Amino acid sequence: MLEFATELFSDYTARTIISGAASLGIVSGVVGSYAVLRKQSLVGDVMSHAALPGIVLAFIAMGVKEQIPIFVGAVLSAILAVFLINLVTANSRIKTDSAMGMALSVFFGLGLVLLTYAQKMPDANQAGLDKFLFGQAEALVEKDVLIIAIVGLASLLTVALFWKEFKLLCFDPDFGGTMGFSMKTLDLLVTAVIVSAIVIGLQTVGVVLMSSMLIAPAVAARQWTGNMGSMVILAAFIATVSGVTGVALSAGLENVPTGPAVIVCVSLIAFFSVLFSPNGFFTLRFKDARSRREIKKDYVLKALHDLALEHDDPGYAHSRRLIALGSGKRFNVERSLLKLQEAGYVENMGQDNWRLTASGIREAAKLSPHEKSE
Amino acid sequence: MNGAEQNMTASAIRVTDLTVAYGEKTVLWDIDIDIPKGTMVGIIGPNGAGKTTLIKSIQGLVPRVAGVISIYGKPYEKQRKEVSYVPQRGSVDWDFPTSVVDTVKMGSYGDLGWIRRPGRKEHERALGALEKVGMLEFAQRQISQLSGGQQQRVFLARALVQSASVYLLDEPFQGVDATTEKAIVRILKELVAGGKTVLAVHHDLNTVSEYYERVVIMNVGLVDSGKVNEVFNSENLIKAYGGKASFFPERKSVARAV
Repeated sequence: MLEFATELFSDYTARTIISGAASLGIVSGVVGSYAVLRKQSLVGDVMSHAALPGIVLAFIAMGVKEQIPIFVGAVLSAILAVFLINLVTANSRIKTDSAMGMALSVFFGLGLVLLTYAQKMPDANQAGLDKFLFGQAEALVEKDVLIIAIVGLASLLTVALFWKEFKLLCFDPDFGGTMGFSMKTLDLLVTAVIVSAIVIGLQTVGVVLMSSMLIAPAVAARQWTGNMGSMVILAAFIATVSGVTGVALSAGLENVPTGPAVIVCVSLIAFFSVLFSPNGFFTLRFKDARSRREIKKDYVLKALHDLALEHDDPGYAHSRRLIALGSGKRFNVERSLLKLQEAGYVENMGQDNWRLTASGIREAAKLSPHEKSE
Repeated sequence: MNGAEQNMTASAIRVTDLTVAYGEKTVLWDIDIDIPKGTMVGIIGPNGAGKTTLIKSIQGLVPRVAGVISIYGKPYEKQRKEVSYVPQRGSVDWDFPTSVVDTVKMGSYGDLGWIRRPGRKEHERALGALEKVGMLEFAQRQISQLSGGQQQRVFLARALVQSASVYLLDEPFQGVDATTEKAIVRILKELVAGGKTVLAVHHDLNTVSEYYERVVIMNVGLVDSGKVNEVFNSENLIKAYGGKASFFPERKSVARAV
């Protein structure tokens, strides 16, 4: 595998493909963050699927698999889908999610029908048209990469230029509107940037999975940071690593399309982030368990203290059973006692009798009233 | 200075014949209000009375069917910089990845205009506003870690950064703790004492006479507006709230007298 990787990076064609995947990664990570922050993840999915009929129609019209017309076709049909969604939701009782679901399946279905038709055309040129479904990075040539780079650069420039305005649009569009920024214009700009990212990813990742390339890196990045700038940069990094790894995987393993390979990589990162980031599932569980242990320890400390006070001797020793009764809660006090012993707050007087040490007495006194430590 | 001009300077917000509809539903009907400069004014009315819509339509956030809005005698569009806005706390996602100070800084975006980024000066202004609302120590916090009252203070700080002279607030006391409510009232009263004008959507009828000099009572249409001691009475409240009105200012004052 390592040998294969070195070979891959030294080869000219491979370098082309890798740089294509990397540029795509940077752009989709950055742009995808906006889709996620605006809670428009599904719109990306609809647009990428809806690009298919445009791609195939462009091919049928031109008779060749030419990059630019295919891009134009993809953009037009993706935008048409969004336009129809807005039209339907504004003029009927159909809700946005239903309208999006309908648009996605109708456009994608139409795309598949057209694709089947195009593949039956007597021309040999249609070969590889189906690669737009799941992507095939190996087919990237220098010209494709150049287009990815130019469109990507334009998108990144737009984001950099309108950074503060886009932030307003995502966080509080009404407030932004009152300050004189045209939210409609900004909305159009963001949509344009998202469509561009989708279009340049079509050949590498394919229409079916392109939206994951936008969403998953941003979701993963969000788990690790609470700063929008860091989030966008981290998302770009995650998408780039996944893009390059996916391309290498798909080239190394026969017959694996690039899209699925890339998406498996990015999903793994997203999955890991959701589970193990500072606010992740397991991290929170862990923190929860730790604080519960702390509270139990406090209960035991307090119980010992209260019991000892009844004897007018804070250092009076008691049996474990009595301590368990005194702490008033049903749990195994032995573990808490051992922990307290480690901390030097209690000592074992033998025969399972325990008493507070001097520092334990001080600590227990701090706990009254006990509610404070909960 | 002739009479008409004098009249213009005396009024901070003037709403004339304002009508707003969402689809077939009329939300605001033929509203006329005149908010004098340097006053603190509450907008009251039942749920669905169009209070939020009124605040929004003054700022052109919802399309109006008819009506003219003027700020100091000139159309709102020319006077944006004179107006700052505190939207409902619940209208944004507080899980958004940003810090308290960066959120407050958004108030300076209008002055900066397109593309220019906030710098040192804007940062200082944001910190100054945070200090005013007692949130300076939270400047670097994530906004997701704030309580309801703290969120509201951050929103107020953001509006203060706008350094406008007319403040429009949408339910600034909704779900905030008593300390925050007192702090916000104090700041708003300071603003008014400094010649600024405050117009706030308000829910709690018990505090109307305590907080505001003037009140706008509405339910789709305008019921009445004017000084609290002149228009805040059970007759008007019943007109606005219908039979469900359960607060009668007169009884309260009788109770107080006893």
